[in-house]
Amino acid sequence: MIQPPLRIVLAKIGFDGHDRGLRMVARMLRDAGCEVIYLGLRQTTENVVAVVEQEDADAVGLSMHNAQHLTLAPRMVAALRNADLEVPVILGGVIPDQDVAPLMDAGVAVILGPGSSAEKVVSAVRTAVASRS
Amino acid sequence: MHGTELLKGTTLSDRPDLEQDRRTWQDAYDRTPLRDVDFETMSGIPVDPVYGEGPNPGEYPFTRGIRPSMYRSRLWTMRMFAGFGTASDTNARFKEILRNGGTGLSTAFDMPTLMGRDSDHEWALGEVGRAGVAVDTLADMRDLFAGIDLGHVSTSMTINGPAHIIMAMYIALAEETSVERSSLSGTIQNDILKEYQAQKEYIFPPRPSMRLITDLIRFTATEMPRWHPVSVSGYHIREAGSNAQQELAFTLANGFAYVEAAVAAGLDIDDFAPRLSFFFNSHSDFFEEVGKFRAARRIWARWMKERYGAQDERSMLCRFHTQTAGVSLTAQQPEINVARVALQALAAVLGGSQSLHTDSFDEAMALPTEDAARIALRTQQIIAYETGVANVADPLGGSAYVEWMTDEIERRAEEIFAHLDQLGDGSILEGVYAGIDNGYFVGAIADSGYRFERAVNAGRRIVVGVNQFTEGDHPGDRNLLRIDPQVEVDQLKRLATVKQARNTAAVHAALSELAIDAAEPTANVMPATIRAVHALATEGEIVAALEAVFGTYEETAVM
Repeated sequence: MIQPPLRIVLAKIGFDGHDRGLRMVARMLRDAGCEVIYLGLRQTTENVVAVVEQEDADAVGLSMHNAQHLTLAPRMVAALRNADLEVPVILGGVIPDQDVAPLMDAGVAVILGPGSSAEKVVSAVRTAVASRS
Repeated sequence: MHGTELLKGTTLSDRPDLEQDRRTWQDAYDRTPLRDVDFETMSGIPVDPVYGEGPNPGEYPFTRGIRPSMYRSRLWTMRMFAGFGTASDTNARFKEILRNGGTGLSTAFDMPTLMGRDSDHEWALGEVGRAGVAVDTLADMRDLFAGIDLGHVSTSMTINGPAHIIMAMYIALAEETSVERSSLSGTIQNDILKEYQAQKEYIFPPRPSMRLITDLIRFTATEMPRWHPVSVSGYHIREAGSNAQQELAFTLANGFAYVEAAVAAGLDIDDFAPRLSFFFNSHSDFFEEVGKFRAARRIWARWMKERYGAQDERSMLCRFHTQTAGVSLTAQQPEINVARVALQALAAVLGGSQSLHTDSFDEAMALPTEDAARIALRTQQIIAYETGVANVADPLGGSAYVEWMTDEIERRAEEIFAHLDQLGDGSILEGVYAGIDNGYFVGAIADSGYRFERAVNAGRRIVVGVNQFTEGDHPGDRNLLRIDPQVEVDQLKRLATVKQARNTAAVHAALSELAIDAAEPTANVMPATIRAVHALATEGEIVAALEAVFGTYEETAVM
């Protein structure tokens, strides 16, 4: 049986405009056969949750470069859970090693650092989605 | 056309025109004061100020450099960018720079300030004072420059969307401290076009934003002759993923667009063009970068003279600041970034940069620590004082490869100009607007970035420490800069205190006047903006007043 393609919402929350990483990941996932719902810049947590719900997405990918990950990533996880959405949150960007443990404790599913290969990105997203369903 | 044909056996005496050129250059060189150092090799061999044939450094089209003596007169400015926490924190850092003999200050603002929003904006949570200093009102500007004589420092301010507001605060502070506007010296980045193309720190749509820029160009041209009102920046275009020729062509096209907009606003090109400056990236492909810098000078000179009719030679000079490529730094084995930065910095110097910022090795992970920033500065000092490369202008000029690369980058850039010229029906300004509207710039930059990414993925391009030579990484023992969250709490208190103490009626009156001037296309928004900041209107309030007239820009999201 053919599986329906994995659907992932990609966004940046708040002011930070560094969108190169998010665009690259969007193209990697697209080329691997995923359906990418690319929201791009200046999204709010609430807006991302609403899109996940409307689009029946399997995962959320956020990219952060301005040291706001400790504030915004746990907030995204909590907002999704409050809406009864069990989709995994995948975080990319500039995340110092010492922040990985607190972020994973807060419910972030995967953290993909700079230099992650396409294979690594795609397989990490697939694994995260598979382990939730 | 360049030195290459002459290298094949021609000598100066066969070419009296060149001999004349050389004498003109020699006269200019002889009139220039030089640094008091020995221009000889480590082994005592005296070296000439330049080798090979013309056009000589300091001569049109300036391929070989903007000054006849280049670094023999003055080394490039080692301008290191800094800003963090509250205005008082950054002020302490500024004073330390001045005590250590620095005369130039360079200010990094935090994200809310860069986006024209106040520290108490709901999106500002977690961003206040993080990536730069927070400036909400004139009160913060007072703290930022407390005890510093604005008449005697040169200040660089890296801000774009709300640039004219920050400029107004700086002017208002000068007035409060009895410093003449005309003696203010420095640069404000104020390059909005690359924001839509790459960095994405825009506020208003492109056309009203251009009006704010031409207003500031006009204001500085008449009132602040020592100020550089725009630093046309390719750095962010490259960081966002472009290749070298796109970085060069998009940046210079943006420069042409500012020239066309200012001329259309009634300014004479030679009244403002000498105050335009540029900012490029220095990436890892050594000779490509050197060729890019040389081509930048030649293209700018030719276009300013031939297409735009500049008469003043200073209008034709492409003066530029360079920063090494932050995007090339790896989080894996970060220590090896020191070597990357050194090579990129060397390319910038051999390419004739006027000023240089070297990145710190830990910047793939966080803002730099003080130790990492010191190593980055020392890297420039090694190039300047130990390698001898500053003794001779354009030392790579005349190399068949470098001359070919310069020509080739120029040719590829000209193809892009032709495309934009056609998009704009004979106007580069309109072509740039069209390219922003139809997604040309964003798409071209993302395509180049993805091409690179796939090459790395396929192993056809090696990134040391990432897809090859990966042993030796020690992620556990890294010392990274952390910003104290108390900074945000303090800044919010400060903003609340300022808002409570000010005359609210005066703020509203000033904002209404500003909105009236903004709605009148022939008015200059600068005087009303200066009055508003004097009344302690916040940056966010001024932006909101202007958004009511100009609208807000939203990007169409395309991956």
